[in-house]
Amino acid sequence: MSPIVGVLALQGASREHTDALGKLGTTVRQVRLPKDLDGLDAIVIPGGESTTISMLLESSKTFEPLSDLLADGLPVLGTCAGMILLAKEVLDGRSDQRSFARIDIAVRRNAFGRQIASFETDLHIKDLEDPFPGVFIRAPGAQILDPSVEILASVKRETGEETPVFCRQENVMVTSFHPELTDDLRLHQMFLEHL
Amino acid sequence: MADSTSGSNSQVGTVRVKRGLADMLRGGVIMDVVTPAEAKIAEDAGAVAVMALERVPADIRRDGGVARMSDPAMVEGIQQAVTIPVMAKARIGHFAEAQILESLGVDYVDESEVLTPADEAHHIDKWSFTVPFVCGATNLGEALRRISEGACMIRSKGEAGTGNIVEAVRHLRSILGDIRKITQADQAELFDWAKQLQAPLGLVQEVAETGCLPVPMFCAGGIATPADASLVMQLGAEAVFVGSGIFKSEDPAPRAKAIVEATTHFRDPTMVAKVSRGLGDAMPGLEIDELDTKLAERGW
Repeated sequence: MSPIVGVLALQGASREHTDALGKLGTTVRQVRLPKDLDGLDAIVIPGGESTTISMLLESSKTFEPLSDLLADGLPVLGTCAGMILLAKEVLDGRSDQRSFARIDIAVRRNAFGRQIASFETDLHIKDLEDPFPGVFIRAPGAQILDPSVEILASVKRETGEETPVFCRQENVMVTSFHPELTDDLRLHQMFLEHL
Repeated sequence: MADSTSGSNSQVGTVRVKRGLADMLRGGVIMDVVTPAEAKIAEDAGAVAVMALERVPADIRRDGGVARMSDPAMVEGIQQAVTIPVMAKARIGHFAEAQILESLGVDYVDESEVLTPADEAHHIDKWSFTVPFVCGATNLGEALRRISEGACMIRSKGEAGTGNIVEAVRHLRSILGDIRKITQADQAELFDWAKQLQAPLGLVQEVAETGCLPVPMFCAGGIATPADASLVMQLGAEAVFVGSGIFKSEDPAPRAKAIVEATTHFRDPTMVAKVSRGLGDAMPGLEIDELDTKLAERGW
């Protein structure tokens, strides 16, 4: 039986993740309310506005049950806003912005600047032979807080500093960029292989 | 401002990152704000972005005169007040205003009929900018012409500043109804559609194939209640702009939050009912037939 993968669909680019996972033969369920969480094998937290998604998680009473599932080890892929929501620390976020704290990274929102600095670049991802099209939109950047976090890709800045943009710790995968906005399914495939 | 990456293959301002930001705003509410304090209220209520402007459409309508781009100091004040994307309006055809807004680092420029048009024949060449543009449309031809000029997000125009949803519904139904018809047309009929719509054939063929616009389509103009948001989302809008509807209502903060929740749970009437309770008075509405100026008629 194919795994049932939830896509958090409160706000943002849930449709693209739904399409990508569907193409890979998974059963996909959009998650808006606590009842949608029943029986999931994994979940994707998509890009969108992290402050909005955080508020909607609270108002729909989905934050606590999802937080419990994640703490019990539900595999999760977070892209962009999803990375922010899964990070242990959110730097310069709103004071009332809650995160699930499932991966030992600190995230800076809009680390690469405003929309006019949003960019595309070829990424070299560990374990993937060919470059992956990285689409960065007002993207967050990560700082590693614990050596058990594996850096799968990073971007070199003008300052020479390397900013991690794709990290994994146990069954939590987070990206600063948007694999769902490309036709390249390899990253979704990597996620499903770890289920 | 932005430091960029040093990768030799790194590119800013691509169609994918421009349309991509619009994709990230889907299912959200973009709110008109005129001060940093209002921008904070909007962000606190869960807005996905704010539109910085000098006067909300209801006041532009009441006061008359030429409506222009906002004071850069006001835009900057709003950028400093919030962490969510900040959009701002330029007059139709006024590429110099758009250049200024781009230099301020706004995240989206709205080439908007709510301001007084600066050019009677030409819209801005939006391909020549790094910042993405949103444009209004009342029908499919207008939407495709704007996309051919480089718009990366379309919003149905509605009639701004009225608190009356009827025009937004008309425009949404017109755009989406024609898209549905085009998907049923054969190749020969598509040539005629392109002629009727006064739109590029390539875009008409793309719509016929995909069944949707090549960019996200949001709804604007006249949304005043959570039920209005649910209505336009069910009709096929992918997100909503709320202008005067929030800060011209009796109690803006709870109304803003309620419209955000209704936009998310738009298919769930019990949720929309729950958030609609006890919001106080909505903005006073206007009858379309009694208007002196129809803003939606601006743009070509």
